[in-house]
Formats: sequence, C-alpha cells, structure tokens
Amino acid sequence: MTSEANLILVGVNHKTTPVEIREKLAFSQVKLEASLEQLVSSPEIIENIILSTCNRVEIYARVENTDQGIQLLQNFICDYHGISRGNLDQYFYSYCDNQAVEHLFRVSSSLDSMVLGEAQILGQVKEAYNTALSFSSTGMVLNQLFEKAFNVAKKVREETGIAERGVSISSAAVELAKKIFEDLENHSVMLVGTGEMAELAAKHLISYGVKTVYVASRTYERAASLAQSLNGCALDFESFKEEMHRADIIITSTAAPNFIIGKEMIETAVQKRKNKPIFLIDIAVPRDIAPEVNELENVYLYDIDDLQNVVNANMEERQKEAENAMEIIKQEVTKFNNWFSTLDAVPTIVEMRNRAEDMRKVEVDKTLKTMDHLSSEDKDAIQQLTQSLVNKILHKPTINLKKKTQSQDGHIYLKAIRDLFHLDD
Amino acid sequence: MDKISFNIALLSYLVASLGYFVYLVYRRPFVSTMAGCMVGMGLVFQTISIGIRSSLTGHGPYTTSYEVAMFLAWFMVVIYVLTEWKYKIKDLGAFVIPLVFFVMLISIFLSKDAGLVPEAEVRFWLTLHRTLSIIGYAAFSIAFAAGIMYLIQEHQVKTKKLGIMYFRMPSLEVLDNLNCKVITIGFPLFTLGFMTGSIWNTKVDQAFFSWDLVKTMPMVMVWVIYGLVFFGRMVTGLRGKKAAQGVILGFIAVIGSYFLHI
Repeated sequence: MTSEANLILVGVNHKTTPVEIREKLAFSQVKLEASLEQLVSSPEIIENIILSTCNRVEIYARVENTDQGIQLLQNFICDYHGISRGNLDQYFYSYCDNQAVEHLFRVSSSLDSMVLGEAQILGQVKEAYNTALSFSSTGMVLNQLFEKAFNVAKKVREETGIAERGVSISSAAVELAKKIFEDLENHSVMLVGTGEMAELAAKHLISYGVKTVYVASRTYERAASLAQSLNGCALDFESFKEEMHRADIIITSTAAPNFIIGKEMIETAVQKRKNKPIFLIDIAVPRDIAPEVNELENVYLYDIDDLQNVVNANMEERQKEAENAMEIIKQEVTKFNNWFSTLDAVPTIVEMRNRAEDMRKVEVDKTLKTMDHLSSEDKDAIQQLTQSLVNKILHKPTINLKKKTQSQDGHIYLKAIRDLFHLDD
Repeated sequence: MDKISFNIALLSYLVASLGYFVYLVYRRPFVSTMAGCMVGMGLVFQTISIGIRSSLTGHGPYTTSYEVAMFLAWFMVVIYVLTEWKYKIKDLGAFVIPLVFFVMLISIFLSKDAGLVPEAEVRFWLTLHRTLSIIGYAAFSIAFAAGIMYLIQEHQVKTKKLGIMYFRMPSLEVLDNLNCKVITIGFPLFTLGFMTGSIWNTKVDQAFFSWDLVKTMPMVMVWVIYGLVFFGRMVTGLRGKKAAQGVILGFIAVIGSYFLHI
C-alpha cells in the first residue's frame, strides 16, 4: 500500500491486556458517540471508527501522518478514560496500512477471537461501523475497508471450516444430533436426571427446534419444575424406562452409582421404535448407561469423555482451518491494496493531463499570435486539432497507468510518470 | 458427430467428477459450481449424441449393449440432477458422476453396430422393458451412492472418530430417506421392466422365460435383493445401515448381471 493511505490502528485486546485494564478502556455506546465526534473534530484525523467489545478496544483511523496519528490515538484513549499513559504503553499495539487492513480482516473473520471462529465478533464490528457511519466519522477509505472486511468474514466462514465445528460440550452434542436426525424439529428429547449440564444441552437442543421434552428424576418435584421451565412433560422415575422408545435423544445425568440403562433396555426401545435411531448422551459421572449399548445398531452413545474428545478435536481443526483462512485474508489484503492504488492513480492522471493541456495552450497561443490572417473558424480548427492530438497521445498512457497501478509495483509507474512530467516541481 | 458429442460428454463428466472430489475435500464453492456446469454440459452433449444416433439408426437407444449403457448413463445423470435439486446434497456428485463416467467409458468398448429393429409389437415391449429397467438401474445407482455415503457417515458417528467427511456429508436421516425414496421409485419400475422383459421374451421365443440360467438367474438375484430392502422397509422397519448394505450389495449384483448379459 502506498504511504498516502495513512491507515492506522491502535488498540488493546484479550491477548495483550488483562481484563481489569480492558474494562477501564472500554467505550460504552453513549461514550462512543461523543468520542467519535471528538476524534472527527481533530484536524489530524480524516476518518475513524471505534470498535469496543469485552475482548478488545480498537480505533481504526485514516490520518494525515501515521506516527503522529498513533500517538494521538493512544493519548486520546488514555485521556478519555483518565488513565496515565505511562502505565498503558506496554499494552497498546498499533499497526499501519497493510498490517492494519490485515488485522481488521482477522478480527472480523474471528481469527483474533478468544474462541476461534465464534460468530459474535462480526456483528460487533458491523455495529461499530454503523455507529461511525451514523455520526459521519467515516469516509470513502474506511467505508470501503469495512465493507470489504464483512465480505472477507463471510468468505472465510463459507470457504473454511473455521465455524462449523462446535467447541462446547452442548454444541458438539447438538451437532451430532443434527448429523443423525438432520432436522431436529420433529424430534424429542428425554432428560433422565436433572443435572445442570443436561439442562444446558436440552436448552441448546430446544433452541435448534426440538419441541417434545420429557423429564424424569428420582424426585418428581424436580422433574416437574424442570419440565415446566422447558415446556415439557415430567415422568415418574419408575416409568421412564417404558417411555424411552418415545425419545429420539436421551440425556442422562443422574447421581446413580451404577449403570441404570443397559443394553437390553435400549434393544427393546429400538424394536418398539421400528429401528428408528436413538442418540444417547451420558453426561453423568459415574456413567448411567452401559457402554455396550453403543454396539446396538441404530444406537449412538456418547459419554462426557467422548464429547470432550470431539470438542478437543474440533478446536484443533479450527486451528488448522485458521491457516486456510489466513490465505484468503492475505489475498483480500492485496485486493484492497489494488483498489486503493487505483484511487491513487487518478490525481496523477489529472495532473499529467493538466500539464499537457497547459503546454498545448501556451504553444498554440504563441503560434496563433503570428497568424492573424486566419479566420476565427480556422483558429478553432487548430485548437480542436491540437486538443485531440494531446488526447490521442495521452489516451494509452492513461489507460495503462490505471491498469499498472493495480499491480504490486504500481507505485513505480506512478513515480515514473510524476518524474517524467515533472509533476512534483 | 455423435462421437464428438459423446467425447465432449465423457470429458465433461470426468472434469465434473474431479471437481466434486476437490469440493468434497477442500470445499471451494466455485469448484462445485464449475462441476455442476460440467454435468449440465455433459448432459446436453450426451443428449445430442443419443439424439443423433437414434436418428441415424431409426430407433431409440435400447437395442444394443452400447446404446443401453449410454441410455443408462443418461438416466443416471437425469436422476442425479433431480435428486441434487430436491435434496441439495452436492457431495452426492462425487459418488454418482464417477459412476456415470465409468458406465460411459465401458460403453466405448462395446459394439457400436446398429441393432436389429424388431417388428412393431415386439419393439413396443422391448422399448418398454429396456426403458423401465434402465430407470430402475439409474435409481439403484443413486441408492448405491447414498448407501456408500451412509456407511461412511455411520462409521464415523459410531466409532466417534469424526473426520473431515463427518462435516462434509449430510445426516444419516437424509441419506436413509434418499435411499428409501429412490428404491420406492426404482424397485417397482425395475419390477415392471422385468415383467415386460418376460413378455418381450414370449413374443420372441414364444416362452415366458427362456430360462437361460446364466442370464436370468443374476437378474432374479438382483430383484430378490432389492425386493428384500423394499419390502423389509415397509414391513419390518429395515433401515439405516442394513438398508445401505442391501442397496450396495444389490448394485454389485447389478454390475455382475450386466457383464453376464453382454
């Protein structure tokens, strides 16, 4: 990126800064509006956007001078929150131009998040952008940059598996349920025991469309109260075994010291279900379901360790996918550079054409002064001829310059044109 | 001209197969779009090839083993396109289109002579027999692909080793449903094809079954295997892994009987 972009980013995040500092530096929505106004009124700052979430506080800006801009933004953050700058220097990071662009793309694609690939950050970046937009603190470059960042995030989500693997026990369980049953809407879940984790998993399943919920517990009152909160139906602990065939997903979390569900029990249930699959999730420790149950056809049993293994493997996979995502981001940074470079070619082209036009005018005027015998039509014809001559000569260089400035070494061509035409004199 | 169209179609299916494989592993949306376009192109040129050949021979593509193979490949693509449109399982292409490619590749080595055109009445039963059977086989090929996918997915969920295919492939329920639907359509058509074939045989040989054991028995085997899956699902609730294994076994029998037939 040519230095004229003068894009900078100053910030702190969960990797560099402990929460007790971050919370002091956060901009609340009310503060945000006032801050944007204050920054925009500074003559050093052309455009700015403030991104403030619980894991990061970052200011993106386009400034007149990058070094001064970085100092100014760091001072601004400290002054605004009334904290001495000296204590904070170790926490701040700052990036310019390409690095700032790459950082934003990484942030919006959730590569810089605490939980890699989480979906929330993109919404937060969008919100920050919209707030800045409504206070007119952004201009052409930041608008383009942020719109691009949203596209990059979308592309990363679609083309890599960064977000497709659940990284919590309950999301891994929901994912498995969806790989067995596809659409959870017409399926039912039975909770045996009312453990907290089981409740959480059930809520997760309900949020994915599960409508029928059965709850069984040794204490009927607990079953009844949980069933009520989940909009389900409570079962007597003795009768859940007879009702098991009604449930597609069974989550167990009792405090029983031994297995309470054995192979034969599930075999009977599967027969009653005419071989429709059952997904068993055993969250209890010690376990509630005998592991041999998994040997039955159309039965899938996962205990807490199995789920934890899935989560760990998913984490690792997300890490691998992050590498693919970085490739996409690198390509997109280059594309953004290309866009910015074309922006740069325009003033040079205008100056080059003005210079040529000035020369033409001087020379034509000089000649016409010595040719008084010409009629005004003839003089006009000469004017037109020279104009079109200049246009013809400059047409190809203009087109080529626009093209060349999109390539990596575009700035060399710009510099050459400026030197050859003495544009900077 | 029909040969040029055939070659373009063959090449399109090869490129599409590779594209679907790349999509299966690397998940690049433009690759799957490209593969989809190649399937479309293949289908158009294959249709042209069949059309030209039919106009040259003066009858539909059902008299020689070459024509039957071409027609089968054509129906496989048509049913695949319809399935993909309905179920949106793009990865199915990685399993079906290579099959289409191989059926067409094999057909190259089969006799390209124009078959004899039988008299009108016999011709009617022959057309009906071959068309119904071919649609049945095409449906079986989709069931075969869905069956393979089911076994891969089921193995991963059962053994708790959730590899890349776990995330790429559809759910067990979708694959089992697809298996069920195509067999529900394919098996009755295949049965009708079987029956009309017997009628055609009667017209030719004046015998209901010629009882050429080598040729007939494999067909009976195929019918029995798919029949067990079809009725098993309706009566005993056969589904999932067993149904998937059933249709895979059935398709192996189909391939075997095809080679015995030619």
